Amino acid sequence: MNTVHGARRIVVVGNGMVGARFAEEAARLDPAGERVRVSVVGAEHHPAYNRVLLSGLVAGDYTAEQIRLPVPDSPGVVVRTGVAALALDTAARTVALDDGTRLDYDELVLATGARAAFPPVTGVSAADGAPGEGVCALRDLDDCRRLLALVRPGAPVVVLGGGVLGLEAARGLQSRGARVSVVESSPWIMRRQIDRAAADILRRRYDALGVRVHSWRVASRWIPGTGLELDDGRVLAGDALVVTAGVRGNVELARDAGIEVEHGILVDDTLATSDARVHALGDCAQHPGGGAGLVQPGWEQAAVLARRLTGAEPQARYTGSRPVTRLKAEGIELTAFGEVHTDDAPEDGGPETLTVSDPHGGRYAKLVVRADRLVGSVLLGFPEAAAVLSQLHDSGDPLPADRLALLQGTAPAPPAGGAGEQRAPLVCRCNAVGRDELEQAWLDGARSRESIAAATRATTGCGGCVRDVDALLSGWDTRSPVG
Amino acid sequence: MTATHCPYCALQCAMHLEAGPDGRPAVRPAPFPTNRGGLCRKGWTSAEVLGVPDRLTRPLLRKDRAGEFAEADWDTALDHVAERLLALRAARGPDSVAVFGGGGLTNEKSYTLGKFARLALGTSQIDYNGRFCMSSAAAAGNRAFGLDRGMPFPLTDVGAAGVVLLAGANPAETMPPMMGHLSAPRLIVVDPRLSATARAALDGGGLHLAPRPGTDLALALGLLHLAGSRGWVDHGYLEARTTGFDAAWAHAAAWWPERTEQVTGVPAARLREAADVLGAAARARSAYILTGRGSEQHAKGTDTVTAWINLALALGLPGREGSGYGCITGQGNGQGGREHGQKADQLPGYRRIDDPAARADVAAVWGVDPGSLPGPGRSAFELLDSLGEGGGARALLLFGSNPVVSAPDASRVRSRLESLDLLVTADFVLSETAALGDVVLPVAQWAEESGTMTNLEGRVLRRTRAFDPPEGVRTDLEVLAGLAVRLGQPADRFPADPDTVLAELGRATAGAPADYSGVTPGRLAAGEALYWPVRAGDAPTPRLFLDSFAHPDGRARLVPVAHRPPAETADAAYPLIATTGRIMGHYQSGAQTRRVPELAGAEPGVFVEVHPDTAARCGLGEGDAALVTSRRGTTRARVRLEPGARRDTVFLPFHYAGEQAANNLTNAALDPVSRMPEFKVSGVRLEPAPPEAGP
Repeated sequence: MNTVHGARRIVVVGNGMVGARFAEEAARLDPAGERVRVSVVGAEHHPAYNRVLLSGLVAGDYTAEQIRLPVPDSPGVVVRTGVAALALDTAARTVALDDGTRLDYDELVLATGARAAFPPVTGVSAADGAPGEGVCALRDLDDCRRLLALVRPGAPVVVLGGGVLGLEAARGLQSRGARVSVVESSPWIMRRQIDRAAADILRRRYDALGVRVHSWRVASRWIPGTGLELDDGRVLAGDALVVTAGVRGNVELARDAGIEVEHGILVDDTLATSDARVHALGDCAQHPGGGAGLVQPGWEQAAVLARRLTGAEPQARYTGSRPVTRLKAEGIELTAFGEVHTDDAPEDGGPETLTVSDPHGGRYAKLVVRADRLVGSVLLGFPEAAAVLSQLHDSGDPLPADRLALLQGTAPAPPAGGAGEQRAPLVCRCNAVGRDELEQAWLDGARSRESIAAATRATTGCGGCVRDVDALLSGWDTRSPVG
Repeated sequence: MTATHCPYCALQCAMHLEAGPDGRPAVRPAPFPTNRGGLCRKGWTSAEVLGVPDRLTRPLLRKDRAGEFAEADWDTALDHVAERLLALRAARGPDSVAVFGGGGLTNEKSYTLGKFARLALGTSQIDYNGRFCMSSAAAAGNRAFGLDRGMPFPLTDVGAAGVVLLAGANPAETMPPMMGHLSAPRLIVVDPRLSATARAALDGGGLHLAPRPGTDLALALGLLHLAGSRGWVDHGYLEARTTGFDAAWAHAAAWWPERTEQVTGVPAARLREAADVLGAAARARSAYILTGRGSEQHAKGTDTVTAWINLALALGLPGREGSGYGCITGQGNGQGGREHGQKADQLPGYRRIDDPAARADVAAVWGVDPGSLPGPGRSAFELLDSLGEGGGARALLLFGSNPVVSAPDASRVRSRLESLDLLVTADFVLSETAALGDVVLPVAQWAEESGTMTNLEGRVLRRTRAFDPPEGVRTDLEVLAGLAVRLGQPADRFPADPDTVLAELGRATAGAPADYSGVTPGRLAAGEALYWPVRAGDAPTPRLFLDSFAHPDGRARLVPVAHRPPAETADAAYPLIATTGRIMGHYQSGAQTRRVPELAGAEPGVFVEVHPDTAARCGLGEGDAALVTSRRGTTRARVRLEPGARRDTVFLPFHYAGEQAANNLTNAALDPVSRMPEFKVSGVRLEPAPPEAGP
C-alpha cells in the first residue's frame, strides 16, 4: 500500500459536524497518528461548528465562538478550512482542491453535507441560484449572520418551510422580538415527524407565542421590502424571508467521479460507496436505514467508520439509527420518533394507538404500539414521559400494562398480593423510630423533644423529623388525661 | 466519660462513651460542628460492636489451608508470619509480599503501614481500599486545583448556601447528620435512583435529575453547556483565576440540552431549570457542587469529577467564601488515609513517591537512604488481581479491609486470595476475607485505642481510648511493631504509641502539601479546629484556595473532558444496568454493622430495588427471591419495588457477603488515571430465583 510512515492516508471532504466528528473519533482511537493520517478539507472559512445550534444562534443563546466544535489535538489530524474539493480521481486516488493542490488518499471520506433547497418561487432565488434580496437560508454561519443583519426587533419575518428547522428558527426569531409568520406547503407542520392532531396543538402553541402558522399554503411570490404573497392572494409582511424548505445532498463530487448516487451517495453497512475506497457519511450519504437530516445518525456513522479505518474494529457495521426528533424551541417540549402516521382505528394485527389530546393545556401524546412494543410516538408537553418512552423505543423492551401511568409519570397501582410485608412508615427514618414508639415514650413520661430523643433517638439523625415530633408531642400534650 | 468520634463514616460525629447502667459501653451523641449533636442509628449502636460474641481475642493460625484455624499465642503467630515473609523475600524478592490497608485506619496507622511496607518489607506492593472510594475525586481535585482536600472549606459553610448540587451522593442514607446542613439550601440531586436525598430535595422544592447510570459525565457537560448559553459563566473569574476554559467549553458545546436528554434520559426542560437554579445561586456567590461515589466509581470517574469541577469553575465557585466544589469523603479516615503513604504512589503528606525531593525528605526522617525506598506499586484492584497465581505477590498482609466483600468482581478477588502462599489479616472478628487466610491477628477497635482521624473537611480529630481492649487483643501499631522487629528492624523505628507516631508523622509531612507538623495532642485536646495544612506554630487552614490555587501559577485548571460510554452497556443478554451503594443501617462490607442485632434486624439481607414494571416483566413481585446475574457472577436478593426507580436500572446495597454480595456482579474496568473500578455500572439480567435447597 502506498503509505507514508506506514500510516493510512485518509482525506475527509467536509469539515461540518460529521466530518469533524470523524476526525475527532479517529484521533481518539489513534492518538499518536500511527495508524492513520487524516486530512480534513472544509469549504467554509470558519473552524468546524455545531450546525444544529444555528437556530440557537438566531435566538441569541449562543455566539459563533460558543458553537465551535473541538479541534482534535493529534499529530495525525490536519484540518484545512476555506479549501473546497473540486474533483475526485478514483483511479489515481487523488482529490483536486480549489487552491490548485491535490491530496492523495488511501481512503476517502465524503462528508459534504447538504445545502438548502430553494423552492421555485418568484423572487426567492436569482437565475444563478443566489438568494434573492432579503432572502436567506439557515444552513451555515454566513446564513446566520446575514439573517441577523436583516432582523430587527419588531420587524416582520417570514419563515418558508414549517419543518423542524423552520419552527426552531421561528421560535428563535420570535424570542429576539421579530414578528414571525411560518408558511408550510404540506397540510400540517412537521409533516414527516408528527401527526395532524399533534401539529394542530403545536400550531396553537406557536400562535400563543405570537407566531402565525399558515399550513397547506403555497408561496407564489417574494416581494422584497413587502413580504411573501401566498397562493390565496394574501401577503404576509416580511423584511426578511428565511427559507427552511428542505435540503439537497451535496452529491456532485461523487456523481462526477462515477460513484453511484440517487438522492444521496449510496452506501452500504460498511459505509463504502460503489468505490470501495470512497466512503460517505451524514447528510450527503444515502443508507438503506435512512436517517439523513439529523446529526445523530451521521455521528453514529462517523464513529463506525473511524473504528473501521483506524483498525480499532475493522468489522464494525452501521445498520441504521433509530433517530429521535427533538424540537429545540424553548418552552415547547416536543419529541417524536418512529412510525406516527398510523390510523387511530386499529385493524386486526395492526398497531394499537393510545392518544391523549389536551388542546387547552397545549399537550398531546400518541403512542403507537405493536406486539407490546412502542414503535412510534409523538409527545408534546410530556417531557418526563418523553425521556422514558424514547428509551423504551431504543431498547425495544415491552411496554408496561398501565400506559397512561407511564405517560403521566405516576406510580402504577401497587401489585396485588405482594409477598413482601408492608414496611411501617417511620417518623424518624435515621433511627427507625415509628409513631408507636414515640407515643410509648410519651406515655412513659417523655414530655420534651430532648427527653423523647434520649428515650428513642428520634430527631438525632438528619433532624428532618423535628417538626413532626414537635407536632406529635403537642398533640398528645393537649389530649385530655386518661380518665 | 470519654469524648471521642464515631467509628464509621467521614463525618466523624462526636460522641461520648461511658459504661452504661448494665456495665456495657454506651454511646451518647455530643455537640460538634459536623453532626450538630446528632447521630444516625449506626453511631448510636456502635458500642455494641465492641462486645460482639465472635470477637477474636487470640491469634488464629493454620498451617494447612484445608484445615481448621487453631488459637495460638502472639509470639507463635508473629514468629510464623515473620519466618514465612523472610523466606518468601529471600526466594522471590521484596515485591513477593504485599500490604493492603484501609480508609478506616487512623492517620498514625496509615502512616506506619506505609513506612512498614517500604522499610520493613521493602515492597512497592501496597495500596488500600480507599482506591475504591476516593481515588477519582482525588485525581480530579489534584489536577484541577493542585491539591486534594475533599472539602476545602468547613461543612458548616455549605449550610448557608442558596443552592447545593449533590452529584452521586446520598447523605440522607449514608451520613444522615450531614442533612442537618442541607435543610436550608435548595438541593439539586443527581442520582439514577430516587434516593432518600433525592426525596429530600423534592420535598424542599429542589430538583432530582436521574441520569442513566454511566452518563453523568454527559450530564455535567450538558449543564456546563447551559451555563454558557444562558449567561451564567463568570468570565471575570475565569480570566483572573483559571486556565483552560476554551478547550473545556469546546467539549461542552457539543452537549446541547436535547442531545444530553437523549443520552442521559434527563428531560431538557429539567436541565434548563437546574442550570438556572444553580447559575442564579452562583451569581449570588452562594452555591456548592459536591460529588460522591456515584460520580466517582466509574471507569471514567476522574473525568466525570473533572466535568463537575469544570462546571464549578465556569460558575466561579471554588476559592471564594460562600461557594465551592468539594467531594464528600466516605470512609472514616478516607481523607487522612489517602495522604500518608498507604497508597501505591505516595509518601506521607500527600507527596509522590516518584518525586526525588519527597523521597529525600521522608528518607531523612526515617533515617534511611532515599535510594532504598521502593518506587510506585500496583493500584488496589491490580494488586489484588495480581496476587498468587496472578504473577504478583505471594503473601498479603491485610489491615482494616474486607476485600472479598468490598472489592469489585468478588469471585475473581476471592480466587486470587485463595491462591496466595500466605494471607495474614488483622481484624477484630473472622471477616469473610480473614476466613480465607492462614493467620488472623486479633486487634483493638476504635474505642480501645487512641489516634487521629481527618474528617471529610480535612479537619484532624482526636479519637480517645475509652476502654481497655479485651485481654489478648493488640493494636495495629503493636502488631506492626512486633512484626518489624522480627523482620530485623531497629526496635525504635516502629513505635506502638500513637502520640509518638503522630509526632513523627508531623516531621515527615513538614513542608508537604498535607502538612501536619502543627498537629499536636495538646492542640487537639484543646479542641482547636485543625484543618490541614497546619504548620508547626501556625494557624490551621479552614478554607483553602481563597488567594490562589495550589498549582505553581496559582490558577485552577479546567481540563477538557469528553463523555464516553461505560465499559458495559445493557444488551440483549444483560438488558438491565445494576448499580450499587450503601443503605442507612450498614457500613461498607458490613463486617461491623451486620454484627449489631438492631441493624442486622432492620436490613437482614440484600435486596434488589426494581421498578414495578421491570419486576413484572421479569415475573417478580415485592419480596420475591431473585437472581441478579452479570457476566461475572450472581447475587441472590429479595425484590424491593420502587416506583421512583428508572426502568432500566436496578440497585443493590453492597454490605452483604457470599451469594448476597453485590460485588459478585461488579465490573473491574478501571479508570485510566485513578484506577477506580466501575462499581456503578454492570450489565445484568434479573430472574426469579429457584427455591433454595433445604437444609
